[in-house]
Amino acid sequence: MASFLFGAAGFVLTMVALGLFVILQRPAEVDHMMAAQLLGTGGVAILVLLAAATETPPIVDVALLLALFAAFAAVAFVRSASGSKSESQETASGR
Amino acid sequence: MKLAFDIFTVFAVSAGALFFLAGTVGLIRFPDSLTRLHALTKVDNLGLGLIVLGLLPQANGVFGALKLVSIWLLVQLSGAIVTQLIAGAVRQRGPQQ
Repeated sequence: MASFLFGAAGFVLTMVALGLFVILQRPAEVDHMMAAQLLGTGGVAILVLLAAATETPPIVDVALLLALFAAFAAVAFVRSASGSKSESQETASGR
Repeated sequence: MKLAFDIFTVFAVSAGALFFLAGTVGLIRFPDSLTRLHALTKVDNLGLGLIVLGLLPQANGVFGALKLVSIWLLVQLSGAIVTQLIAGAVRQRGPQQ
């Protein structure tokens, strides 16, 4: 069972790496943000598989943190991307 | 019983890995940012869901299983919200390549 789970983790890792490679070739910044999201979701899958394969439960905690940080990264990107316009709207609306 | 659980794990994890393959193919083949976002978030969240489902019988105890499910729920919720946010950013900037 462990070797199957290792194999599955390796397969998902290959897919994520391929996706990252293709996305990072593209010029748009939004695509780069998608690369971070892909690494978030795929990384959680890989870590959960590894935790089951090696029977090391603490790896699940790492997966949890990765999921959390991926969400934070996306929110930070969208805040900086929406830029000065929404900032000024926020200050104008009295925040 | 253990054999049945193991077979279930093999099937569900294989299905999840196939969804990751489909997501990567979509990411490579789809023409613009919004459709790629679609491929990325929906398909990968489904793949992660299947992998977590497959690993539930291998988890140690009820708390290990609950932790896996809650990680999946967190990814699912944040994925849904982040997709909307990124799509909003794409729309605000106008269509990019």
